[in-house]
Amino acid sequence: MTDFLFSPFIDNDFMTRALSAGVLVAMCCAIVGSFVVLRGLAFVADALAHGVLPGIATAVLLGWPVVIGAAAGTVVMMSGVSVITRRSRLSSDTAIGLFFAGMLALGVMITSRTRSFTGDLTRILFGELLGVRMNEVVWQSIALVFVAVVAWVCRRPFLLLCIQPELAATSGFRVRLFETLMLMVVAVAIISSFQSVGTLLVFGMLLAPASTAALVSRRLGAMMGLAAIIGSLATYVGLLLSYYAGLAAGASVVAVAVAIFLLTFAAVEIRAAITNRHGVGVPPASMQRHDHAHDHASDHGHDKDHGHDKDHGPDKDHGHDKDHVHDKDHGHDKDHGPDKDHGLPIEGVS
Amino acid sequence: MNDGLRRGTGTTESVTAIEARDLDVGYAGRAVVRGVNIELPPGGLLCLIGTNGSGKSTLLKTLAGLIEPVGGSLSIAGGPPGGQPARVGYLAQRPASSYTLPICAADVVAMGRFASLGLLRRVRHSDRVLCAESIERMGVTPFADRPLLELSGGQQQRTHLAQALARRADVLLLDEPTAGLDPNGRDTFAQAIRDERLRGCAIAMATHDLADAEDADVVILMAGRIVASGSPTDVLTDDNLRASFGFTGPH
Repeated sequence: MTDFLFSPFIDNDFMTRALSAGVLVAMCCAIVGSFVVLRGLAFVADALAHGVLPGIATAVLLGWPVVIGAAAGTVVMMSGVSVITRRSRLSSDTAIGLFFAGMLALGVMITSRTRSFTGDLTRILFGELLGVRMNEVVWQSIALVFVAVVAWVCRRPFLLLCIQPELAATSGFRVRLFETLMLMVVAVAIISSFQSVGTLLVFGMLLAPASTAALVSRRLGAMMGLAAIIGSLATYVGLLLSYYAGLAAGASVVAVAVAIFLLTFAAVEIRAAITNRHGVGVPPASMQRHDHAHDHASDHGHDKDHGHDKDHGPDKDHGHDKDHVHDKDHGHDKDHGPDKDHGLPIEGVS
Repeated sequence: MNDGLRRGTGTTESVTAIEARDLDVGYAGRAVVRGVNIELPPGGLLCLIGTNGSGKSTLLKTLAGLIEPVGGSLSIAGGPPGGQPARVGYLAQRPASSYTLPICAADVVAMGRFASLGLLRRVRHSDRVLCAESIERMGVTPFADRPLLELSGGQQQRTHLAQALARRADVLLLDEPTAGLDPNGRDTFAQAIRDERLRGCAIAMATHDLADAEDADVVILMAGRIVASGSPTDVLTDDNLRASFGFTGPH
C-alpha cells in the first residue's frame, strides 16, 4: 500500500523533481491565488498567463532564457491594460480582453515560425511537470521566497484592498502602488510556475486551491495555509494519477485541484442545508452595490463587476460570488450614487 | 494648499480640526458644491444635511482626501487632506466590504488600527485594547466572532462604526453613520459620539436625520450648493429647510 503511494517518487528522480516543483508552485500560487480570488483578479491573472506567451515564444525562437521573455510579455501586458483603462473610457475588462487575445494570437504566430510548432505550443501552455530540471526548482524556490516576503510586508494594505478597498486609501496606503505590487506578485507566480504547469494550467493552480480555502477560512493567513496544503495534495495525487494511468502530469494536478474545490463546495453546501435550515438571512442591505467612496482607491479597475451579485442567495455561500466591491469607477462620476437608494430622504420630518 | 488658512483667523492651526476656505468640491475639476467654509475646533461636531445628491458625500470624501478639492483651501487636523491617516478617520456610507472571505466582525474592527500601524509596526497590547473597547462601545461583542457576511445591515454598520472608533482619530468623517441602525443602535452611536468629542475628537458627519443635528456646533444645509451654514438654530429654519427639501421640519 505504502509502496504504491511512495515508490513512484522514491524510484524516479523525475517524479521527485516534479513533486518538489509542484509543491513549490502550490505554495506560491496559494499566496498569490488568495489575493487573486479575494480581489477579483481572476480575469487579469488569466490574461497575464497568456500575455506571457509571445514573450516566451520570442525567447524560445531567439534562444534566450524563457523567463526573460515571460517577464517582458507580462510588462507589456500590464502596462498596456493600465494605459488603455486610464486613457479611454473602456472598462478594464475590455482592455484586458483585448490584450489577452492579442498577446495569445501574437504568441501563436511567433510559435508557428518555429520548427516544432505544436510541440512548443503544448509545452508552453501545459508545461512539462515531469521534465522539470533542478535549476528550475531553484528558481521556483527563489520566486516563492520573493512572493512570500512581499505578501508579508504588504499584508495590511493587501488585506484592505481585498476586504475593504476604500479603507486602504484612507489608512494612508498608496493604493496604486500596492495594486501594482499585487499584480507584480501575481506575475512572478505565473512566470515562475509556467515551466512546470504551463501558462494555461498555472491559472488553475492560482484559483482552485485558493477558492477552496476561501470557502472555509476566516482569515487571510489561514486561507493561504490551507490553499498551500490543498495545492500540495493536488500535486501529489495528480502525479500519482499521472504515473499509474499514464496521463499528462500538469493537467492531472490541476484536475485534482479543481475536483477538490468541487467536493469542498458540495460539502459546504450540504452542511449549510442541514445546519442552516432557517437560513443565514437575506443579504443585508449593505451588500447591494453602491459606494463610490473608493473612486480613487480602485481606479486601476482590475475588477469585475458584472452586476451578478444581486442574486447572492442566502445559503449560497461566499467565495464564488462575483466580487461586488472592486467595482470600477472612473472617478468622474457624480456623487449621486450613494444616496440614491435611500427610501426616506429625511427621517424625523413629517 | 494650506497657504490660505494661516492668515486671518488668529488661531493656530492645531486649534482647528477642520478648516475650509471657499472650498469647491466635485469630480474631475467640475464643482458639485462651491464655496464651502468650515471652521471646526477639536471636539466639535459638524453635521451636513441635505437630500440625495446634495453633495454631502462629495464634501466628506474631499475632507478625507479621497478626491481632490476643485478649488479653495482645506486643512484637516492641521495638514492637507489625506496627509495624516493615523489622525483622520473616514467611514464611507455603507462601506464596501468584500464577502468572499468570511472575515469576522472583530477582524474588521481590527483593520481600523492599520492606519496607525502602517506597513510593519507590530500590533501591541494597546492596539488590542482599543479594538476591544471599540467593540464593546458599539455593542458588537455578541457577534464579534461571526462572519460579517452573516450579520444584519445594522450589525454591520455597528461593526464599521467600531472600526472607525478603533482608529482613535482626531478627526472622524462619517457618511450617514446612523443609516440602518435601530433606535438602540442610534443611542449607542450617540453616546460614542459624545465620548469621542469629550476626548477632543472632531466629527463631521452627513445625515438625513435632523435630530442628529441638534447637538452640532455647525450645521451645513446642502442642496448642490450651500443653502445655509451656522449653528443649528440659525440654519434649521423653515425657510432654509423649504429651500433644501421643499418642505419644512416639525415644530
